[in-house]
This record gives sequence, structure tokens and C-alpha cells, in this order.
Amino acid sequence: MKVKLKVWRQMSANSAGGFKEYETPDLNSNMSFLEMLDVVNDELTIKGEEPIAFDHDCREGICGTCSLVINGKPHGPHRGVATCQTYMRNFSDGDVITVEPFRARSFPVIKDLIVDRSAFDRIMQVGGFISVRTGSACDANAVPVPKEAADLAMDAAACIGCGACVAACKNGSAMLFVSAKVSQFGLLPQGQPERDQRVLAMVKQMDAEGFGNCTNYYECSAVCPKLISHEFIARMNRDFLKATLRSAFTQAPTGASAAG
Amino acid sequence: MAKLESKIPSGPLAQKWTKHKAEIKLVNPANKRKYEVIVVGAGLAGASAAASLAELGYGVKCFVFHDSPRRAHSIAAQGGINAAKNYQNDGDSVYRLFYDTIKGGDFRAREANVHRLAEVSVNIIDQCVAQGVPFAREYGGLLANRSFGGAQVSRTFYARGQTGQQLLLGAYSALSRMIGLGAVQMFTHSEMLDLVVVGGHAKGIIVRDLVTGEISRHAADAVVLATGGYGNVFNLSTYARNSNATAIWRAYKRGACFANPCFTQIHPTCIPVTGDYQSKLTLMSESLRNDGRIWVPKKPEDSKKNPSDIAEGDRDYYLERMYPAFGNLAPRDISSRAAKKVCDEGRGVGASGLGVYLDFSDAIKRLTEAGVRERYGNLFDIYHEITDENAYQVPMRIFPAVHYTMGGLWVDYNLMSNVPGLFVLGEANFSDHGANRLGASALMQGLADGYFVLPYTIADYLVGQKPAARPKTAAAEFQQAEDNVRGITARLLAVPGKEPISHFHKRLGKILWNGCGMARNATNLKKALQEIPALRAEFWQNVNVPGEDAALNQSLERAGRVADFLELAELLCVDALDRDESCGCHFREEHVDPEGECLRNDDQYAYAAAWEYQGEGQAPLLNKEPLVYETVHMAKRNYK
Ligand SMILES: Cc1cc2nc3c(=O)[nH]c(=O)nc-3n(C[C@H](O)[C@H](O)[C@H](O)COP(=O)(O)OP(=O)(O)OC[C@H]3O[C@@H](n4cnc5c(N)ncnc54)[C@H](O)[C@@H]3O)c2cc1C
Ligand code: SF4
Ligand code: FES
Repeated sequence: MKVKLKVWRQMSANSAGGFKEYETPDLNSNMSFLEMLDVVNDELTIKGEEPIAFDHDCREGICGTCSLVINGKPHGPHRGVATCQTYMRNFSDGDVITVEPFRARSFPVIKDLIVDRSAFDRIMQVGGFISVRTGSACDANAVPVPKEAADLAMDAAACIGCGACVAACKNGSAMLFVSAKVSQFGLLPQGQPERDQRVLAMVKQMDAEGFGNCTNYYECSAVCPKLISHEFIARMNRDFLKATLRSAFTQAPTGASAAG
Repeated sequence: MAKLESKIPSGPLAQKWTKHKAEIKLVNPANKRKYEVIVVGAGLAGASAAASLAELGYGVKCFVFHDSPRRAHSIAAQGGINAAKNYQNDGDSVYRLFYDTIKGGDFRAREANVHRLAEVSVNIIDQCVAQGVPFAREYGGLLANRSFGGAQVSRTFYARGQTGQQLLLGAYSALSRMIGLGAVQMFTHSEMLDLVVVGGHAKGIIVRDLVTGEISRHAADAVVLATGGYGNVFNLSTYARNSNATAIWRAYKRGACFANPCFTQIHPTCIPVTGDYQSKLTLMSESLRNDGRIWVPKKPEDSKKNPSDIAEGDRDYYLERMYPAFGNLAPRDISSRAAKKVCDEGRGVGASGLGVYLDFSDAIKRLTEAGVRERYGNLFDIYHEITDENAYQVPMRIFPAVHYTMGGLWVDYNLMSNVPGLFVLGEANFSDHGANRLGASALMQGLADGYFVLPYTIADYLVGQKPAARPKTAAAEFQQAEDNVRGITARLLAVPGKEPISHFHKRLGKILWNGCGMARNATNLKKALQEIPALRAEFWQNVNVPGEDAALNQSLERAGRVADFLELAELLCVDALDRDESCGCHFREEHVDPEGECLRNDDQYAYAAAWEYQGEGQAPLLNKEPLVYETVHMAKRNYK
């Protein structure tokens, strides 16, 4: 099979970008989408053109490095998989496929299809943790955790931090990502002591990074490669409300400095 | 000759670590912040080390080539992490975990290190649970366990099929907390391209910013490399595509010895290769071998038949037949070789004939499809995405693939290399797995090194260094190292070649797989040793590296890494040729016992081979660290 690609090319953060078209050579339908781009890039190299820059690493749907909006959908046509788990057998010979970066105000383009997602790290740095110094933990079985709570925490923890939820949202909201982390810790007994300050600090940072509000379209969970449920957003909203009320009475300090 | 002092503490095995911890001098708390430590890498080993050192008060700078510390290759580990908790009451103990691991490594690891690893394994689980790692639990709310290869107890802790992800996110959260507090300075998209050695001590690194191309110098009182394994030297592997050897290779060229480079693990259960375009191989977790049964047809003529048309009596469950005590849970090296053997006999399945079945039909009968889904659902999904086959209905097809490197930079008991001030953690060092690693023990080692070993042992070095006396980055050694880095980049961009980088990487992978893969012999190794330098010469004449230096340039990144692989590959074969015995993963066809198993030669080869760089075009120098077993007897490995 052969396909035609319409790919977003942009030299750097500050330059203007635009679409360029490429014809692929003959492809094997068992190729992954990224392997198809590898082949196209090798051809470009041989022709003396600069290859298409795109992010990837594990190529098995777990590191969250790959991105790409394929035919208008973050991570491509299939539900519950990342771009690197998208295979050419899902396309037909002669298809025209549009490939763009994850676009969002808080994810500036670095080059071509690569965007800067460091805002996620900064949100994590203000509260995405349980403060436990190395060596200070009690025996792992000292605190039983109900299986249902542990399983639901794991559902939330499965987030790979790819940012597709943001790219899919017309408001550029990061609520699904943040709520997954907040919920993971909020569901576990170990996460209780810092529960209020965590959600307040992370939401504050999320706003500071310029992510938009959630207006309940749930495009996020529809494109999420790990099918993180938007119910975590509701859970976080409740946590946030309670924490806001409580902090109004107690003036609890918020943020990482307090957590330290 | 390098000085290899293993610094193993004296005293009985089980007390060495406690005694050593008690004897290590401490750095005065007020002085700790005057020391700067560079940590390269934020996988399990690097992130846990950076966070723990910062908690102690050291100034920490952490560098990763990834866009975020959360993306390290550790994230991909599926199956689990071992710990001698004995929560199952099935007779596990620190000693048993130690013994399984050292036996699993075919008695080519250092006794004292492995025992320490087993000791601290229990602390790791405590630490991770406290961080909010959502391990699998039983209905009573306590932690669940599963079995892994090479063990007869159930000591593996897991978080669905995403154990590495959850452990890494735990370490990343600890690291993030310290970044938020300003105690760790984090440098992402920053690739270390050289080590700076001043007065014989590691005192800094040279880094390229992968977004802008800018080269910077960083000085420190000690440098920690936690940069992962080098399995991508084979091109096709289960590693993340960008994993590479550049950090440790360039440290090797600055004097750090490279130990046992030929000890590379080939994992038995991966999805078979289908075509030349393929960029990576996908692991199917070893945990599947708990319930899946491995077989091939008894007769070669059945190998192209539909598996459901092959009668039970015509199937050869070869692991169960050859290793009845461990069956499908035989260690990786042994299982991989057995798969190779049956395929060499023409009994392999699938279009290429390079595959064996991993069959869940019995498990489905016993546990129901829903029960199997509960345990392995995500792995079956991955298999389906890649192969378009439903493994609930037809058996999976699997084949061995390169997966892990036991070799790495030589380190002493303190995890310090022979270059003082240079520490090496996690998969990047050589210390704990000998000639074969057991499943679920790399995660354990990475976190042991970072959380519980280095934070103590680094003091042993730092107390001898005057606080705040590290060299300035204006020093001549920094200039020289920066010139070296700029020189390599300029040479790569200047080659007026035609072929893309992948062309060379693929060819290198084939040479190594054939010459230094699952079975090795002197003839094929010598052939590979001819082919590799020739390919390297061709690379430097005919590689095509597009783009420029002062910008994000993925071709340039890859070219530098492949250039290093082209050198490292040669050392792999040199080491494999030198080790004229079979042990663990290193199966020399000349040394086989009557049953077809590895024949070790403890009289001559009970040593760690620590290779020392002698300059371009010179043969590396072999230093030997004798492996002295004070407590266990170097037995023949038996899994029958
Ligand atoms: C598919 C798969 C499944 C596995 N499953 C298991 C399992 O179930 N149980 C188990 O115990 N083990 C498992 N392993 C092995 C285990 O995951 C690894 O050995 C381990 O995670 C390595 O951790 P690390 O911290 O040493 O290195 P890595 O996680 O590889 O981290 C390397 C770090 O170094 C950085 N880095 C590297 N080079 C440079 C440079 N030059 N400059 C700057 N930064 C650099 C990277 O950015 C990264 O942060 C598995 C491995 C694979 C491939
Ligand atoms: S919630 Fe889903 S889409 Fe968003 S970052 Fe996490 S895995 Fe990606
Ligand atoms: S490359 Fe890792 S998730 Fe896609």
C-alpha cells in the first residue's frame, strides 16, 4: 500500500509553519504508523531533505513520548491506543493522511511535530507526590488498602502523561491529566495527609500554565490512550471544593514548600 | 593497568552491609550543601538517587536526554519487582533471594553485592507503597505476589502489567518534589556527551541541549551515571528506541573500565520479527509463563499447520519436558536457547519459522477467559494490536529478543568506578546479575542502588574531597572535553555520505545477532570482528547526517549514538571471544555439557572482565577482578 501525507512542518518555535505533502513508498500494512514515518524520513534523507521531526521512544504505548494528531484525532483513529500503537493496516491504499502536532496554548511547538509539554512536569512539582523521605516508610503491609481502592487508584495511575487530552480539548484543559494524579493519591490512605494542599497547589499551577477550563465535553477521555475516565474530573472538583472550604477556615499553607 | 579494588567489606556475608554502613564516614550536614553531585539519567536508578541525595542536603543537578524525567526506559517494565518479604509464607528469605539471583547469574556476579541487593529489597517495597505506588492487592487489602522465572517462591510485586511505570512514577514524584523545593536542578532534553576528568577524578560533564544545540559545561564534586543499558547496539531489541550507550561509552574512553560487555540478555518471550522496516521488538512479559504453556510441534512437517489442527500428542511442551522442576518458568537464558534449538530443528512456527507457541488454552479452562483477562488483559491487547491476532483463541507466537545488558561499567562495592568520583547505577553498571539476570530483578537493582546504596556510599568518597573545592568549568580539561564533543559533531555533519543512519544500525544489528547472539563460537566471533571495523569505516565515509548543529536535529543525535554502538559492538565480541567458556547468556558452542547445557570453567574464568580503553585503534586491555565466593559454593546450575 501507499499513502499520501500532509505533514505540519515548522522549523522552530518562532517560525511560521505549514503543511507539506509527501508520497510514501510502498508500505507493509503491518508497519506501525511511526515505522512508516521512519521509512519516509530515510527517503527524505537520501533525497537531501531534512527529515520530519517527531517525538517517540518506547513505541509500545507506555512512555507517553509520542504524540501527533492524525486526521484530526490525537493518537489517531483507534480508541485506547497511542500513536506508536497505530498500524498502517488501519488505513487504505491511496489514503491522504493529515499529520499535525498536539496543539494547545500551553504546549508550544518546538519543531515540526514536537511540542513542549514541560508544563505537566511543573504541575507535578508543586504537589504530584506524597512526601516521604527515603528510608522513612513503615512496613508495606502495615496499612491494608481495600482492593477496590487500589484498583481504582491504578486506573488513574495508568496515565502516561502524553497530553492528548489537552490537544483534544477545545479549551486546552489539562483537567483529565491533573485529576488522574490527584485521584490516585486521594484514593490511597497514604495520600490523605496532603490531600487538600495537593489539589489546591496543582490546580493553581495548572491555571498558571495557561490550561483552559473544563466545560464537560469529554473529548479528553475519548482520545486518551489509557481510557482514563472523566469521572476523575468530577472527583477532583469535589476534592477541590472541600479543600477550598477547609483552607478558608484553617489558612493551611499550600504548595510544595509547605509539603517539604 | 587499572586499579580494581572491589572494596568488599570483611566479615560474614550477611553482616557486610550493616558493618559497612556503620563504618562509612559521614559528611557533616552543614557541608552537604557545599557538595554538588551530577546525576545523569532519571530512570529508576537516577531518579531515586537524585531525589534521595537531595533529601540528604547535597546539591543535585540531574540531566536526561528525554523531554521529561518521567519518560525513562524504566517506564516500560511490565512484570514486576522482587523482594524477600515472604508475605506468602512460602519459605522465602533474604538468603533465598540472594541465592536464586547469584545462581540465576550462573555464579558470575559478586557475592557481597548480590546479598546486599536481597537485603534492601524489602525496604524498596515499603518505600514505594508509602509513595502511593498502586501495587496489586488481595481482597483483604494486603499486597499480592506472583512468580517469576528462576524462582520457586512467589516474591514478585506488581502493578498490573505496568510495574515499571508505577515504580518510575513513584521515583519521579520524589524527584519532582525535590525539584519543586529547589533542591534538584533538572535539565531535560540535555544529553551528556563527555565526562570531564580532572587530576584523575570525575569532576564534570559536557552536555548538548537537544533543542538549541548549545554545548554547556557542568562541574561537580562527583558524577553519577544512571543511563541505562546498551542493548540497542543490536538495533532490534525490546528497549525504547532512544536508549543508548553514549554516556557509558564516552566515560569508558575517559578511563572507566567496561565489565563483561558480552553479557547481554536475550529474553525468551517477545513478539517475533516480521519485516525489515521494524524498529523495535515488543516484550510479552515473563509473567505470562506463570499460566501459558510453551510448545512447538513434535514433527517439523507440522510447523506450518494451524495450531488447533495439531493433536495434543503431537505437541512438544519442551520446557516442561527438559526442565520438569521449573518447567515454563526456567530462567531466561535457558528458555531462549531451548527456543532457538527447537527452531533450528525446523520445528519453529509462523511464517519465518522463528517462533514458538505460548498457549493459554489450559489456563482459560482453569481460570475462564475472564480470569486470564484479569491477570494479563493488557498484554493480550498489546499482542492483538501488533499481530492482529486474538490470543484468547489462538496461541501467541513468541521468539527471543535482546532485552537487557548485564555488562556495564565496572564498579566497586560502593558503586564507584575505577575513576574516582564516577559512580554508576542501575543497568549501566555490571555488578549484580552476573551472566544472566532473573526476571523482576532489574527494577529491584535500580531502586536499591538509587534509594538505599548510593546515598550511603557516596559519602565514602566525598569525605575525602574538600567541600566546595571542585574545579571551575574554565579548567583546561573542560575545554578539551568540549572540543572533543564539538569535533565529533562536526565530523558527523561533514561526512559527504548517502546512506541514512538506520542503514548502518540495521547492518550492525545483524552482524551482532549472528556473531554474538544466543549462541557464540570463535569462528563467528572472529568473523564479526572483521565485519564491525569495516562497517564502521563505511559509516564514517558514507553516512548521511542531514540538518545542522545549532537546532533540534534527531538525525545528529542518532548518528552520534550509532557511531558509539559501532565501537562498542567490537568490544562485545572481543569480550565474548576472550571468555572461552559457557556461562549464563554466554553460550559458547565449544563448551557444552553432554546434556547440551552451559559448561562453565571456574578455574580459568571466575572473573569479571574489566576492559580498559587504550586509545583509538589500540586493543583494549583486559583487567580481571577475581570472583571470590566466600559463602556459596559455585555449583552447576540445575533447573531440572
Ligand atoms: C520491555 C521491558 C520490560 C522490562 N520488564 C522488567 C520487569 O518486569 N522487571 C524488572 O526487574 N526489569 C524489567 N526490565 C528491565 C528494567 O526495566 C531496566 O533494566 C531498568 O528499568 C533500567 O533502569 P535504569 O534506571 O538503569 O535506566 P533507564 O530507565 O534506561 O534510564 C536511563 C536514563 O538515562 C538518561 N540518559 C541516558 N543516556 C543519557 C545521556 N547521554 N545524557 C543524558 N541522559 C541520558 C535517560 O534520559 C533516562 O532518564 C524490562 C526492560 C524492558 C526493555
Ligand atoms: S489523561 Fe490520558 S490523554 Fe491525558 S495525559 Fe494522561 S494518558 Fe494522556
Ligand atoms: S512512543 Fe512511548 S507511548 Fe508512544
